[in-house]
Amino acid sequence: MQASLGIVLLVLAAILVVVVVRGASSLSLSMIFQTPKGGYYLGKEGGIANAIVGSVYLAVGGSILALLLSLPTALVLQREYTGHRLATFTRLCLDALWGTPSIVYGAFGFVIMRYLGLSASLLGGIIALSLVMLPIMARAMEEAVRMVPLQLKEVSYALGTTRLETTTSVVLRQALPGIMTAVVLAFGRGIGDAASILFTAGYTDYIPRSLFDPTASLPLAVFFQLATPFPEVQRRAYAAALILLIIVLVASLSARLLSHRFSKHIIR
Amino acid sequence: MRLALAFVNSLLAFLVLGLFVKARPILANESILDLLLSSSWHPLKGEFGFYPFVMGTLAVTAIAMILAIPICLLSAIYLSEYSHRRFRDIVRPIIDLLAGIPSVIYGFWGVIVIVPLVRALGHALGSPTTGYSLLSGGIILAIMVFPIILSVTTDVLRSVPTEATEASMALGATRWETVKHVILKSARRGIMAAIVLGFARAFGETMAVLMVVGNVPKVPTSLFDPAYPLPALIANNYGEMMSIPMYDSVLMLAALVLLLVVAAFNLGAQLFLIGMERRS
Repeated sequence: MQASLGIVLLVLAAILVVVVVRGASSLSLSMIFQTPKGGYYLGKEGGIANAIVGSVYLAVGGSILALLLSLPTALVLQREYTGHRLATFTRLCLDALWGTPSIVYGAFGFVIMRYLGLSASLLGGIIALSLVMLPIMARAMEEAVRMVPLQLKEVSYALGTTRLETTTSVVLRQALPGIMTAVVLAFGRGIGDAASILFTAGYTDYIPRSLFDPTASLPLAVFFQLATPFPEVQRRAYAAALILLIIVLVASLSARLLSHRFSKHIIR
Repeated sequence: MRLALAFVNSLLAFLVLGLFVKARPILANESILDLLLSSSWHPLKGEFGFYPFVMGTLAVTAIAMILAIPICLLSAIYLSEYSHRRFRDIVRPIIDLLAGIPSVIYGFWGVIVIVPLVRALGHALGSPTTGYSLLSGGIILAIMVFPIILSVTTDVLRSVPTEATEASMALGATRWETVKHVILKSARRGIMAAIVLGFARAFGETMAVLMVVGNVPKVPTSLFDPAYPLPALIANNYGEMMSIPMYDSVLMLAALVLLLVVAAFNLGAQLFLIGMERRS
Protein backbone atom coordinates (compact mmCIF):
# COMPACT_ATOMS: atom_id res chain seq x y z
CA MET A 1 0.00 0.00 0.00
CA GLN A 2 2.78 2.40 0.88
CA ALA A 3 4.45 1.34 -2.36
CA SER A 4 1.47 2.31 -4.50
CA LEU A 5 1.12 5.68 -2.81
CA GLY A 6 4.86 6.00 -3.30
CA ILE A 7 4.41 5.43 -7.03
CA VAL A 8 1.83 8.23 -7.23
CA LEU A 9 4.04 10.69 -5.35
CA LEU A 10 7.16 9.61 -7.22
CA VAL A 11 5.48 10.21 -10.58
CA LEU A 12 4.47 13.71 -9.50
CA ALA A 13 8.02 14.44 -8.36
CA ALA A 14 9.41 13.06 -11.63
CA ILE A 15 7.11 15.31 -13.68
CA LEU A 16 8.08 18.42 -11.74
CA VAL A 17 11.81 17.61 -11.79
CA VAL A 18 11.94 16.80 -15.51
CA VAL A 19 10.00 19.91 -16.53
CA VAL A 20 12.01 22.19 -14.24
CA VAL A 21 15.45 20.77 -15.13
CA ARG A 22 14.83 20.62 -18.88
CA GLY A 23 13.03 23.95 -18.91
CA ALA A 24 15.50 25.89 -16.80
CA SER A 25 18.42 24.99 -19.05
CA SER A 26 16.67 26.41 -22.11
CA LEU A 27 14.95 29.38 -20.51
CA SER A 28 16.35 32.82 -21.26
CA LEU A 29 15.22 36.43 -21.13
CA SER A 30 14.80 36.62 -24.89
CA MET A 31 12.48 33.59 -24.70
CA ILE A 32 10.18 35.54 -22.42
CA PHE A 33 10.32 39.01 -23.91
CA GLN A 34 10.64 38.52 -27.68
CA THR A 35 8.16 37.39 -30.27
CA PRO A 36 9.34 34.92 -32.92
CA LYS A 37 11.65 36.46 -35.53
CA GLY A 38 12.15 35.29 -39.12
CA GLY A 39 13.34 31.67 -39.26
CA TYR A 40 12.35 31.11 -35.62
CA TYR A 41 10.91 27.71 -36.36
CA LEU A 42 14.20 26.67 -37.95
CA GLY A 43 16.05 27.54 -34.77
CA LYS A 44 16.81 31.24 -35.31
CA GLU A 45 16.22 34.14 -32.92
CA GLY A 46 13.11 35.01 -31.02
CA GLY A 47 10.98 34.01 -28.06
CA ILE A 48 7.50 33.05 -27.04
CA ALA A 49 6.20 36.37 -25.75
CA ASN A 50 3.34 35.98 -28.22
CA ALA A 51 2.25 32.76 -26.53
CA ILE A 52 2.66 34.08 -22.98
CA VAL A 53 0.65 37.24 -23.64
CA GLY A 54 -1.89 35.30 -25.73
CA SER A 55 -2.42 32.76 -22.97
CA VAL A 56 -2.94 35.48 -20.38
CA TYR A 57 -5.44 37.27 -22.63
CA LEU A 58 -7.33 34.04 -23.27
CA ALA A 59 -7.42 32.94 -19.65
CA VAL A 60 -8.33 36.38 -18.28
CA GLY A 61 -11.06 36.82 -20.91
CA GLY A 62 -12.36 33.32 -20.29
CA SER A 63 -12.37 33.89 -16.53
CA ILE A 64 -14.35 37.12 -16.85
CA LEU A 65 -16.94 35.53 -19.14
CA ALA A 66 -17.21 32.46 -16.90
CA LEU A 67 -17.49 34.68 -13.81
CA LEU A 68 -20.43 36.56 -15.34
CA LEU A 69 -22.29 33.26 -15.59
CA SER A 70 -21.01 31.40 -12.51
CA LEU A 71 -21.57 34.03 -9.87
CA PRO A 72 -25.30 34.51 -10.55
CA THR A 73 -25.69 30.75 -10.87
CA ALA A 74 -24.00 30.13 -7.54
CA LEU A 75 -26.09 32.79 -5.80
CA VAL A 76 -29.40 31.71 -7.28
CA LEU A 77 -28.80 28.14 -6.14
CA GLN A 78 -29.36 29.28 -2.54
CA ARG A 79 -32.34 27.79 -0.79
CA GLU A 80 -34.25 31.10 -0.81
CA TYR A 81 -34.30 31.19 -4.58
CA THR A 82 -34.24 27.64 -5.87
CA GLY A 83 -35.99 24.49 -4.75
CA HIS A 84 -34.07 21.41 -3.74
CA ARG A 85 -34.89 19.48 -6.91
CA LEU A 86 -33.81 22.15 -9.34
CA ALA A 87 -30.64 22.79 -7.34
CA THR A 88 -29.74 19.09 -7.40
CA PHE A 89 -30.42 18.99 -11.12
CA THR A 90 -28.16 21.99 -11.71
CA ARG A 91 -25.37 20.45 -9.64
CA LEU A 92 -25.69 17.29 -11.69
CA CYS A 93 -25.51 19.31 -14.90
CA LEU A 94 -22.42 21.12 -13.67
CA ASP A 95 -20.76 17.82 -12.75
CA ALA A 96 -21.49 16.43 -16.20
CA LEU A 97 -20.17 19.62 -17.82
CA TRP A 98 -17.06 19.41 -15.65
CA GLY A 99 -16.38 15.95 -16.97
CA THR A 100 -17.01 16.86 -20.61
CA PRO A 101 -13.72 16.59 -22.56
CA SER A 102 -12.30 19.96 -23.54
CA ILE A 103 -11.97 18.83 -27.17
CA VAL A 104 -15.79 18.70 -27.23
CA TYR A 105 -15.93 22.32 -26.08
CA GLY A 106 -13.41 23.11 -28.78
CA ALA A 107 -15.59 21.48 -31.43
CA PHE A 108 -18.71 23.18 -30.07
CA GLY A 109 -16.91 26.54 -29.92
CA PHE A 110 -15.98 25.99 -33.53
CA VAL A 111 -19.63 25.38 -34.44
CA ILE A 112 -20.63 28.63 -32.70
CA MET A 113 -17.85 30.54 -34.44
CA ARG A 114 -18.96 29.32 -37.85
CA TYR A 115 -22.49 30.30 -36.95
CA LEU A 116 -21.39 33.82 -35.96
CA GLY A 117 -19.10 34.08 -38.99
CA LEU A 118 -15.91 34.33 -36.91
CA SER A 119 -12.58 32.80 -37.88
CA ALA A 120 -10.00 31.53 -35.38
CA SER A 121 -9.60 34.49 -33.05
CA LEU A 122 -9.05 35.68 -29.51
CA LEU A 123 -12.82 36.01 -29.08
CA GLY A 124 -13.44 32.45 -30.31
CA GLY A 125 -10.80 31.13 -27.92
CA ILE A 126 -12.26 33.09 -25.02
CA ILE A 127 -15.75 31.70 -25.69
CA ALA A 128 -14.55 28.09 -25.86
CA LEU A 129 -12.32 28.52 -22.81
CA SER A 130 -15.08 30.12 -20.76
CA LEU A 131 -17.20 27.01 -21.36
CA VAL A 132 -14.36 24.86 -20.02
CA MET A 133 -14.00 27.11 -16.97
CA LEU A 134 -17.71 27.59 -16.26
CA PRO A 135 -18.46 24.29 -14.47
CA ILE A 136 -15.23 24.42 -12.43
CA MET A 137 -15.90 27.96 -11.30
CA ALA A 138 -19.63 27.61 -10.71
CA ARG A 139 -19.28 24.39 -8.71
CA ALA A 140 -16.55 25.83 -6.48
CA MET A 141 -18.50 29.07 -5.94
CA GLU A 142 -21.66 27.20 -5.15
CA GLU A 143 -19.79 25.30 -2.41
CA ALA A 144 -18.55 28.62 -1.02
CA VAL A 145 -22.03 30.16 -1.01
CA ARG A 146 -23.50 27.05 0.61
CA MET A 147 -20.96 27.32 3.45
CA VAL A 148 -22.38 30.68 4.60
CA PRO A 149 -23.99 29.93 7.98
CA LEU A 150 -27.77 29.93 7.94
CA GLN A 151 -27.98 31.80 11.27
CA LEU A 152 -26.12 34.72 9.75
CA LYS A 153 -28.65 34.99 6.96
CA GLU A 154 -31.50 34.65 9.43
CA VAL A 155 -30.11 37.52 11.51
CA SER A 156 -30.05 39.63 8.37
CA TYR A 157 -33.62 38.65 7.46
CA ALA A 158 -34.76 39.39 11.02
CA LEU A 159 -33.58 42.95 10.47
CA GLY A 160 -36.09 43.23 7.66
CA THR A 161 -33.82 42.92 4.61
CA THR A 162 -34.95 41.46 1.31
CA ARG A 163 -33.42 38.38 -0.31
CA LEU A 164 -31.38 40.53 -2.66
CA GLU A 165 -30.05 42.77 0.12
CA THR A 166 -29.01 39.77 2.18
CA THR A 167 -27.38 38.17 -0.83
CA THR A 168 -25.37 41.22 -1.84
CA SER A 169 -24.35 42.50 1.56
CA VAL A 170 -24.07 39.35 3.69
CA VAL A 171 -23.70 36.27 1.53
CA LEU A 172 -21.43 37.83 -1.06
CA ARG A 173 -19.11 39.23 1.58
CA GLN A 174 -19.00 36.00 3.55
CA ALA A 175 -18.36 33.90 0.48
CA LEU A 176 -15.81 36.27 -1.06
CA PRO A 177 -12.71 34.20 -0.24
CA GLY A 178 -14.33 31.10 -1.69
CA ILE A 179 -15.43 33.02 -4.76
CA MET A 180 -11.93 34.34 -5.36
CA THR A 181 -10.49 30.87 -4.88
CA ALA A 182 -12.95 29.56 -7.45
CA VAL A 183 -11.88 32.19 -9.99
CA VAL A 184 -8.17 31.49 -9.50
CA LEU A 185 -8.77 27.74 -9.65
CA ALA A 186 -10.64 28.03 -12.94
CA PHE A 187 -7.99 30.42 -14.27
CA GLY A 188 -5.31 27.83 -13.55
CA ARG A 189 -7.25 25.12 -15.32
CA GLY A 190 -8.13 27.34 -18.25
CA ILE A 191 -4.64 28.62 -18.96
CA GLY A 192 -3.34 25.07 -19.31
CA ASP A 193 -6.10 23.84 -21.55
CA ALA A 194 -5.05 23.18 -25.13
CA ALA A 195 -7.75 21.11 -26.79
CA SER A 196 -10.50 23.74 -26.51
CA ILE A 197 -8.47 26.54 -28.10
CA LEU A 198 -6.87 24.43 -30.81
CA PHE A 199 -9.53 25.27 -33.41
CA THR A 200 -10.94 28.38 -31.86
CA ALA A 201 -7.96 30.63 -31.08
CA GLY A 202 -5.57 29.49 -33.81
CA TYR A 203 -1.87 30.29 -33.56
CA THR A 204 0.17 33.27 -34.69
CA ASP A 205 3.60 34.83 -34.24
CA TYR A 206 2.16 38.18 -33.22
CA ILE A 207 0.60 39.55 -30.08
CA PRO A 208 -3.13 40.04 -30.83
CA ARG A 209 -4.29 43.65 -31.20
CA SER A 210 -8.03 43.04 -31.22
CA LEU A 211 -10.57 40.41 -30.23
CA PHE A 212 -10.71 39.24 -33.83
CA ASP A 213 -7.01 38.48 -34.27
CA PRO A 214 -5.80 34.89 -34.00
CA THR A 215 -3.97 34.28 -30.73
CA ALA A 216 -1.03 32.08 -29.72
CA SER A 217 -1.02 30.25 -26.41
CA LEU A 218 1.49 28.51 -24.16
CA PRO A 219 0.01 24.99 -24.26
CA LEU A 220 -0.06 25.07 -28.04
CA ALA A 221 3.45 26.54 -28.09
CA VAL A 222 4.60 23.46 -26.17
CA PHE A 223 2.66 21.17 -28.48
CA PHE A 224 3.73 22.64 -31.82
CA GLN A 225 7.37 23.23 -30.94
CA LEU A 226 7.83 19.74 -29.52
CA ALA A 227 6.52 18.32 -32.79
CA THR A 228 9.20 19.98 -34.94
CA PRO A 229 12.28 17.96 -35.94
CA PHE A 230 14.79 20.65 -34.87
CA PRO A 231 16.40 20.21 -31.43
CA GLU A 232 16.80 23.99 -31.00
CA VAL A 233 13.07 24.48 -31.43
CA GLN A 234 12.25 21.52 -29.21
CA ARG A 235 14.30 23.07 -26.44
CA ARG A 236 12.00 26.07 -26.63
CA ALA A 237 9.09 23.76 -25.99
CA TYR A 238 10.84 22.81 -22.74
CA ALA A 239 11.04 26.46 -21.76
CA ALA A 240 7.39 27.04 -22.69
CA ALA A 241 6.37 24.02 -20.60
CA LEU A 242 8.27 25.37 -17.60
CA ILE A 243 6.66 28.81 -17.89
CA LEU A 244 3.22 27.21 -18.17
CA LEU A 245 3.87 24.96 -15.17
CA ILE A 246 5.03 27.92 -13.08
CA ILE A 247 1.88 29.91 -13.94
CA VAL A 248 -0.37 26.95 -13.09
CA LEU A 249 1.41 26.18 -9.81
CA VAL A 250 1.39 29.83 -8.76
CA ALA A 251 -2.35 29.99 -9.51
CA SER A 252 -2.99 26.83 -7.53
CA LEU A 253 -0.89 27.96 -4.55
CA SER A 254 -2.42 31.43 -4.49
CA ALA A 255 -5.90 29.89 -4.55
CA ARG A 256 -4.92 28.09 -1.35
CA LEU A 257 -3.34 31.16 0.26
CA LEU A 258 -6.26 33.38 -0.74
CA SER A 259 -8.78 31.18 0.95
CA HIS A 260 -6.62 31.10 4.10
CA ARG A 261 -5.96 34.81 4.18
CA PHE A 262 -9.43 36.12 3.52
CA SER A 263 -11.14 33.67 5.81
CA LYS A 264 -9.71 35.71 8.73
CA HIS A 265 -12.26 38.46 8.16
CA ILE A 266 -15.24 36.16 8.14
CA ILE A 267 -17.85 35.86 10.84
CA ARG A 268 -18.31 32.28 11.89
CA MET B 1 -29.63 35.40 -12.02
CA ARG B 2 -32.36 33.08 -13.28
CA LEU B 3 -31.04 33.61 -16.78
CA ALA B 4 -27.60 32.35 -15.84
CA LEU B 5 -29.17 29.33 -14.16
CA ALA B 6 -31.25 28.58 -17.24
CA PHE B 7 -28.15 28.84 -19.40
CA VAL B 8 -26.17 26.44 -17.21
CA ASN B 9 -29.04 23.96 -17.08
CA SER B 10 -29.50 23.93 -20.83
CA LEU B 11 -25.84 24.08 -21.85
CA LEU B 12 -25.53 20.30 -22.06
CA ALA B 13 -28.53 20.19 -24.39
CA PHE B 14 -27.03 23.02 -26.46
CA LEU B 15 -23.79 21.09 -26.78
CA VAL B 16 -25.58 17.98 -28.00
CA LEU B 17 -27.84 19.96 -30.32
CA GLY B 18 -25.06 22.08 -31.82
CA LEU B 19 -22.90 19.07 -32.59
CA PHE B 20 -25.87 17.05 -33.83
CA VAL B 21 -26.89 19.71 -36.34
CA LYS B 22 -23.36 19.68 -37.77
CA ALA B 23 -23.18 15.88 -37.74
CA ARG B 24 -26.49 15.40 -39.53
CA PRO B 25 -25.21 15.46 -43.12
CA ILE B 26 -23.09 12.35 -42.54
CA LEU B 27 -25.82 10.64 -40.51
CA ALA B 28 -28.22 11.22 -43.40
CA ASN B 29 -25.84 9.33 -45.68
CA GLU B 30 -24.86 6.43 -43.49
CA SER B 31 -26.19 4.81 -40.37
CA ILE B 32 -24.31 5.37 -37.15
CA LEU B 33 -23.70 1.64 -36.71
CA ASP B 34 -22.11 1.32 -40.15
CA LEU B 35 -19.84 4.24 -39.34
CA LEU B 36 -18.82 2.88 -35.95
CA LEU B 37 -18.18 -0.64 -37.20
CA SER B 38 -16.47 0.03 -40.52
CA SER B 39 -12.70 0.11 -40.45
CA SER B 40 -12.03 1.73 -43.81
CA TRP B 41 -10.79 5.26 -43.17
CA HIS B 42 -10.24 7.03 -46.50
CA PRO B 43 -11.55 10.59 -46.18
CA LEU B 44 -10.61 11.44 -49.77
CA LYS B 45 -12.79 8.62 -51.08
CA GLY B 46 -15.55 9.58 -48.69
CA GLU B 47 -15.14 6.48 -46.53
CA PHE B 48 -15.26 7.27 -42.85
CA GLY B 49 -14.99 4.14 -40.70
CA PHE B 50 -14.63 4.93 -36.99
CA TYR B 51 -13.80 1.39 -35.92
CA PRO B 52 -10.00 1.81 -35.57
CA PHE B 53 -10.50 5.00 -33.58
CA VAL B 54 -13.15 3.52 -31.32
CA MET B 55 -10.91 0.52 -30.67
CA GLY B 56 -7.92 2.82 -30.11
CA THR B 57 -9.86 4.82 -27.53
CA LEU B 58 -11.17 1.73 -25.76
CA ALA B 59 -7.75 0.03 -25.74
CA VAL B 60 -5.84 3.01 -24.40
CA THR B 61 -8.51 3.68 -21.76
CA ALA B 62 -8.57 0.02 -20.71
CA ILE B 63 -4.80 -0.06 -20.23
CA ALA B 64 -4.99 3.13 -18.20
CA MET B 65 -7.69 1.68 -15.95
CA ILE B 66 -5.85 -1.62 -15.46
CA LEU B 67 -2.77 0.31 -14.33
CA ALA B 68 -4.56 2.95 -12.29
CA ILE B 69 -7.20 0.99 -10.37
CA PRO B 70 -4.96 -1.21 -8.18
CA ILE B 71 -2.54 1.61 -7.45
CA CYS B 72 -5.30 4.05 -6.53
CA LEU B 73 -7.26 1.53 -4.51
CA LEU B 74 -4.27 0.50 -2.41
CA SER B 75 -3.18 4.12 -1.95
CA ALA B 76 -6.69 5.10 -0.87
CA ILE B 77 -6.87 2.24 1.62
CA TYR B 78 -3.54 3.31 3.05
CA LEU B 79 -4.55 6.96 3.24
CA SER B 80 -7.93 6.38 4.82
CA GLU B 81 -7.25 3.44 7.15
CA TYR B 82 -3.56 3.24 7.99
CA SER B 83 -1.88 6.60 7.66
CA HIS B 84 -1.64 9.29 10.28
CA ARG B 85 -4.11 12.11 9.95
CA ARG B 86 -1.35 14.68 9.61
CA PHE B 87 0.17 12.69 6.74
CA ARG B 88 -3.20 12.64 5.01
CA ASP B 89 -3.50 16.40 5.35
CA ILE B 90 -0.13 16.80 3.65
CA VAL B 91 -0.77 14.30 0.84
CA ARG B 92 -4.24 15.57 -0.10
CA PRO B 93 -3.10 18.95 -1.50
CA ILE B 94 -0.23 17.24 -3.32
CA ILE B 95 -2.70 14.96 -5.10
CA ASP B 96 -4.78 18.03 -5.98
CA LEU B 97 -1.63 19.52 -7.47
CA LEU B 98 -1.32 16.48 -9.71
CA ALA B 99 -4.88 17.12 -10.90
CA GLY B 100 -4.07 20.72 -11.82
CA ILE B 101 -1.12 20.02 -14.13
CA PRO B 102 -2.09 20.85 -17.75
CA SER B 103 -2.44 17.93 -20.11
CA VAL B 104 0.21 19.19 -22.55
CA ILE B 105 2.70 18.97 -19.69
CA TYR B 106 1.77 15.34 -19.13
CA GLY B 107 2.19 14.80 -22.85
CA PHE B 108 5.52 16.60 -22.86
CA TRP B 109 6.75 14.49 -19.94
CA GLY B 110 5.50 11.39 -21.71
CA VAL B 111 7.48 12.20 -24.85
CA ILE B 112 10.66 12.79 -22.83
CA VAL B 113 10.39 10.02 -20.23
CA ILE B 114 7.79 7.35 -21.04
CA VAL B 115 8.29 7.01 -24.81
CA PRO B 116 12.03 6.14 -24.55
CA LEU B 117 11.27 3.75 -21.68
CA VAL B 118 8.61 1.95 -23.70
CA ARG B 119 10.94 1.85 -26.71
CA ALA B 120 13.65 0.21 -24.57
CA LEU B 121 11.11 -2.20 -23.11
CA GLY B 122 9.86 -3.11 -26.58
CA HIS B 123 13.37 -3.87 -27.79
CA ALA B 124 14.11 -5.93 -24.69
CA LEU B 125 10.95 -7.98 -25.25
CA GLY B 126 11.73 -8.48 -28.94
CA SER B 127 8.98 -6.31 -30.40
CA PRO B 128 10.70 -3.26 -31.88
CA THR B 129 8.70 -0.08 -31.51
CA THR B 130 9.18 3.66 -31.82
CA GLY B 131 7.86 4.01 -28.28
CA TYR B 132 4.89 6.03 -29.54
CA SER B 133 2.43 3.31 -28.70
CA LEU B 134 -0.70 2.13 -26.97
CA LEU B 135 1.31 1.36 -23.84
CA SER B 136 2.77 4.89 -23.62
CA GLY B 137 -0.69 6.39 -24.04
CA GLY B 138 -2.08 4.05 -21.38
CA ILE B 139 0.65 4.89 -18.88
CA ILE B 140 0.19 8.66 -19.32
CA LEU B 141 -3.59 8.34 -19.03
CA ALA B 142 -3.25 6.20 -15.90
CA ILE B 143 -1.19 8.95 -14.28
CA MET B 144 -3.76 11.54 -15.32
CA VAL B 145 -6.67 9.67 -13.73
CA PHE B 146 -4.79 8.97 -10.47
CA PRO B 147 -6.02 12.13 -8.73
CA ILE B 148 -9.72 11.70 -9.51
CA ILE B 149 -9.94 8.00 -8.66
CA LEU B 150 -7.75 8.40 -5.60
CA SER B 151 -9.61 11.36 -4.11
CA VAL B 152 -13.12 9.98 -4.69
CA THR B 153 -12.12 6.53 -3.38
CA THR B 154 -10.53 8.02 -0.25
CA ASP B 155 -13.71 10.00 0.44
CA VAL B 156 -15.88 6.92 -0.06
CA LEU B 157 -13.72 4.76 2.23
CA ARG B 158 -13.72 7.42 4.92
CA SER B 159 -17.50 7.63 4.81
CA VAL B 160 -17.85 4.00 5.96
CA PRO B 161 -19.38 4.28 9.48
CA THR B 162 -16.87 3.89 12.31
CA GLU B 163 -19.33 1.61 14.14
CA ALA B 164 -18.99 -1.01 11.41
CA THR B 165 -15.20 -0.92 11.62
CA GLU B 166 -15.26 -1.03 15.42
CA ALA B 167 -17.70 -3.94 15.47
CA SER B 168 -15.40 -5.90 13.18
CA MET B 169 -12.35 -5.12 15.32
CA ALA B 170 -14.27 -6.07 18.47
CA LEU B 171 -14.89 -9.48 16.93
CA GLY B 172 -11.14 -9.91 16.78
CA ALA B 173 -10.59 -9.17 13.10
CA THR B 174 -7.24 -7.69 12.17
CA ARG B 175 -7.01 -4.34 10.46
CA TRP B 176 -6.54 -5.93 7.04
CA GLU B 177 -9.43 -8.35 7.57
CA THR B 178 -11.61 -5.41 8.52
CA VAL B 179 -10.58 -3.55 5.39
CA LYS B 180 -11.20 -6.58 3.22
CA HIS B 181 -14.50 -7.82 4.65
CA VAL B 182 -16.13 -4.69 6.05
CA ILE B 183 -14.81 -1.51 4.51
CA LEU B 184 -14.29 -2.61 0.92
CA LYS B 185 -17.56 -4.48 0.97
CA SER B 186 -19.69 -1.58 2.13
CA ALA B 187 -17.82 0.92 -0.05
CA ARG B 188 -17.77 -1.12 -3.23
CA ARG B 189 -20.49 0.82 -5.03
CA GLY B 190 -18.76 4.11 -4.28
CA ILE B 191 -15.50 2.65 -5.53
CA MET B 192 -17.27 1.63 -8.74
CA ALA B 193 -18.45 5.22 -9.13
CA ALA B 194 -14.90 6.49 -8.63
CA ILE B 195 -13.67 4.12 -11.32
CA VAL B 196 -16.39 5.20 -13.73
CA LEU B 197 -15.49 8.86 -13.16
CA GLY B 198 -11.87 8.03 -13.92
CA PHE B 199 -12.92 6.09 -17.00
CA ALA B 200 -14.92 9.06 -18.30
CA ARG B 201 -11.97 11.36 -17.75
CA ALA B 202 -9.60 9.01 -19.58
CA PHE B 203 -12.02 8.44 -22.46
CA GLY B 204 -12.06 12.09 -23.50
CA GLU B 205 -8.49 13.11 -22.75
CA THR B 206 -6.95 14.56 -25.88
CA MET B 207 -3.64 16.34 -25.95
CA ALA B 208 -1.50 14.20 -23.67
CA VAL B 209 -2.53 10.97 -25.37
CA LEU B 210 -2.25 12.47 -28.83
CA MET B 211 1.39 13.36 -28.14
CA VAL B 212 2.54 9.85 -27.19
CA VAL B 213 0.20 7.35 -28.86
CA GLY B 214 1.55 7.40 -32.43
CA ASN B 215 -1.66 8.23 -34.33
CA VAL B 216 -1.84 5.48 -36.97
CA PRO B 217 -5.43 4.70 -38.02
CA LYS B 218 -5.26 0.92 -37.62
CA VAL B 219 -6.75 -1.38 -35.02
CA PRO B 220 -3.84 -2.00 -32.62
CA THR B 221 -2.97 -5.67 -31.99
CA SER B 222 -0.20 -5.34 -29.41
CA LEU B 223 0.76 -3.04 -26.56
CA PHE B 224 3.64 -1.71 -28.64
CA ASP B 225 1.51 -0.85 -31.68
CA PRO B 226 0.59 2.76 -32.31
CA ALA B 227 -3.10 3.61 -31.90
CA TYR B 228 -5.36 6.53 -32.84
CA PRO B 229 -8.04 7.48 -30.29
CA LEU B 230 -11.14 9.51 -31.23
CA PRO B 231 -10.19 12.76 -29.46
CA ALA B 232 -6.82 12.74 -31.24
CA LEU B 233 -8.63 12.29 -34.55
CA ILE B 234 -10.62 15.47 -33.96
CA ALA B 235 -7.62 17.47 -32.78
CA ASN B 236 -5.32 16.38 -35.60
CA ASN B 237 -7.61 17.03 -38.52
CA TYR B 238 -9.23 20.38 -37.91
CA GLY B 239 -6.88 21.84 -40.54
CA GLU B 240 -8.16 19.71 -43.39
CA MET B 241 -11.72 19.77 -42.12
CA MET B 242 -12.89 22.42 -44.54
CA SER B 243 -11.23 21.12 -47.69
CA ILE B 244 -12.71 17.63 -47.89
CA PRO B 245 -16.49 17.20 -48.28
CA MET B 246 -18.28 15.73 -45.24
CA TYR B 247 -15.07 15.77 -43.22
CA ASP B 248 -16.26 18.46 -40.81
CA SER B 249 -19.53 16.62 -40.35
CA VAL B 250 -17.64 13.41 -39.52
CA LEU B 251 -15.41 15.13 -36.98
CA MET B 252 -18.39 16.77 -35.29
CA LEU B 253 -20.03 13.36 -35.14
CA ALA B 254 -16.90 12.06 -33.43
CA ALA B 255 -17.16 14.90 -30.89
CA LEU B 256 -20.84 14.09 -30.37
CA VAL B 257 -20.13 10.40 -29.74
CA LEU B 258 -17.42 11.40 -27.27
CA LEU B 259 -19.74 13.81 -25.49
CA LEU B 260 -22.61 11.33 -25.20
CA VAL B 261 -20.44 8.47 -23.90
CA VAL B 262 -18.63 10.63 -21.36
CA ALA B 263 -21.79 12.42 -20.19
CA ALA B 264 -23.62 9.10 -19.76
CA PHE B 265 -20.82 7.66 -17.63
CA ASN B 266 -20.45 10.84 -15.58
CA LEU B 267 -24.16 11.24 -14.90
CA GLY B 268 -24.44 7.55 -14.00
CA ALA B 269 -21.59 7.79 -11.51
CA GLN B 270 -22.87 11.02 -9.98
CA LEU B 271 -26.42 9.71 -9.54
CA PHE B 272 -24.89 6.69 -7.87
CA LEU B 273 -22.91 8.84 -5.44
CA ILE B 274 -25.95 11.02 -4.69
CA GLY B 275 -28.00 7.92 -3.98
CA MET B 276 -25.33 6.67 -1.60
CA GLU B 277 -25.24 9.97 0.26
CA ARG B 278 -28.99 9.90 0.69
CA ARG B 279 -28.96 6.39 2.12
CA SER B 280 -26.24 7.09 4.67
